[in-house]
Amino acid sequence: MRRRIWVWQLVLLVAIFVAWQVLTQPGLLPPIFWHDNPERAAFFFGEPVKMFRVIWQWFTEGTIYAHLWVTLEETVLAFVIGSALGLAVGLWLGLSPTASALFDPFITAANAMPRVVLAPIFMVWFGLDIGSKVALGVTLVFFIVFFNVYQGVKEVSPVVVSNSVMLGANRRQLLRSVYLPSATSWVFSSLHTSVGMAFVGAVVGEYLGSARGVGYLIAQAEGAFDINTVFAGILVLTAFALVLDFAVGAAERRLLVWRPTQGETEQL
Amino acid sequence: MAAVEFERITCTFAARGKGSGSYTAVKDVTLTIADGEFVSVVGPTGCGKSTLLNVAAGLLRPSSGSLRVFGEPLQGVNRRAGYMFQSEALMPWRSALGNVTAGLEFRGVARDEARRRGMEWLERVGLAGFENRYPHQLSGGMRKRVSLAQMLILDPQIVLMDEPFSALDVQTRQLMENELLELWSANRKSVIFITHDLEEAISLSDRVVVLSAGPATHPIGEFAIDLPRPRDVSEIRMTPRFIELHDRIWHSMKEEVLKGYAQTRNRVSG
Repeated sequence: MRRRIWVWQLVLLVAIFVAWQVLTQPGLLPPIFWHDNPERAAFFFGEPVKMFRVIWQWFTEGTIYAHLWVTLEETVLAFVIGSALGLAVGLWLGLSPTASALFDPFITAANAMPRVVLAPIFMVWFGLDIGSKVALGVTLVFFIVFFNVYQGVKEVSPVVVSNSVMLGANRRQLLRSVYLPSATSWVFSSLHTSVGMAFVGAVVGEYLGSARGVGYLIAQAEGAFDINTVFAGILVLTAFALVLDFAVGAAERRLLVWRPTQGETEQL
Repeated sequence: MAAVEFERITCTFAARGKGSGSYTAVKDVTLTIADGEFVSVVGPTGCGKSTLLNVAAGLLRPSSGSLRVFGEPLQGVNRRAGYMFQSEALMPWRSALGNVTAGLEFRGVARDEARRRGMEWLERVGLAGFENRYPHQLSGGMRKRVSLAQMLILDPQIVLMDEPFSALDVQTRQLMENELLELWSANRKSVIFITHDLEEAISLSDRVVVLSAGPATHPIGEFAIDLPRPRDVSEIRMTPRFIELHDRIWHSMKEEVLKGYAQTRNRVSG
């Protein structure tokens, strides 16, 4: 059954591209909407065959790898820095009621702010290189991780804490053996979202101003009204995001073995 | 010397919210547990049994009264006591072995040594071969065994147990009770065992303390259990002496249980 689904998914994917091609290729079908100009559909929506030709060229000529590498680098850096900051601040505020009460409105305000508009400011601060993209990604990742860790610390079972105290844990050991593992599990549960956000930060940053990266390729093509290259860039980004998501899923399965998944609890 | 001495312990909790007064959970409790004695504390539900145990553990400071452990007034957490909680207290991110050796780790015991002793204890509670399982991969009874090993590996002089087996089914429960008795008779510690199950209390203990219904719970009776040891908890329940003791204690408890029940009902309907 699973293999059948897989086959159908593939069929659906091919069907989408075939329909797209048939509807956009000039002169193949009598024009449905733009009667005056048969080239118009291809101009607006691109032609899959030409997109794949662009992608083929990128990979065979090797021009895409440097751009992909930059985008990956930005994503990973934004994810790591954002998660580390979110974890540290989340643990701190989660364990200190005073600090939490003091900073609460500021955190809420900072999270409500649309962070994408900060991108131009980051470019002024950190330049057009990867620094500004990482900074944008960090602001996106930080809040996801922060809120999860904060919640995670608040929801540590008081019985587990009391038990560890009775077993002789001091304050530092309690942080290391109880609060940190509990908070990390929450970080991992938000891993898919935060890696996705780091990726969004990287691409949007590149798109708004850069000299390298897949976002830059798309922005360049857009400037030249080269719709096929724009879509080629989008397809590469999508495939790349899928690979990232798959890698995250694999990491998650390895690191969260101790967590019961629904309906999968193994009883003896 | 007495292992634990409660002297006129009173615990009053400040009520949250306006208008409602404070709540006195336990009042003027004086109770002594001798070294190596197994004492069960029974009482109606919600009568503040756990409060007493938390005081003995040093997790809760009493409003008034004093607690002495082997003659010394208790300051902070009771380092001589092991505590087995009613609800799940294992760290879900640690394997069975990791949980059992947690206390040794906190005390700075070397890793190899901790591992060796942990494996020994897992075998002693019948969990050899399960050391790499995580708590969610173990059944309720197995998790209780891990908790028991986790506490006893530190060799505490005082063992505090708060309805430890109440979540288990009857068969598993009797199995665990027998194992507890076996472990206890091999190395006699002072035990304070909280339960609402009178049969469990009688079959395990040297002495049963009956508490009044809350609020302001206090002991209303003490009964020495002169049943011979070693005991088998399921067999001893059939003996005439057990039934006689059960009748006597139940008689003194009945009124309090009904009182406690009426109060809960009023609280729900009012």
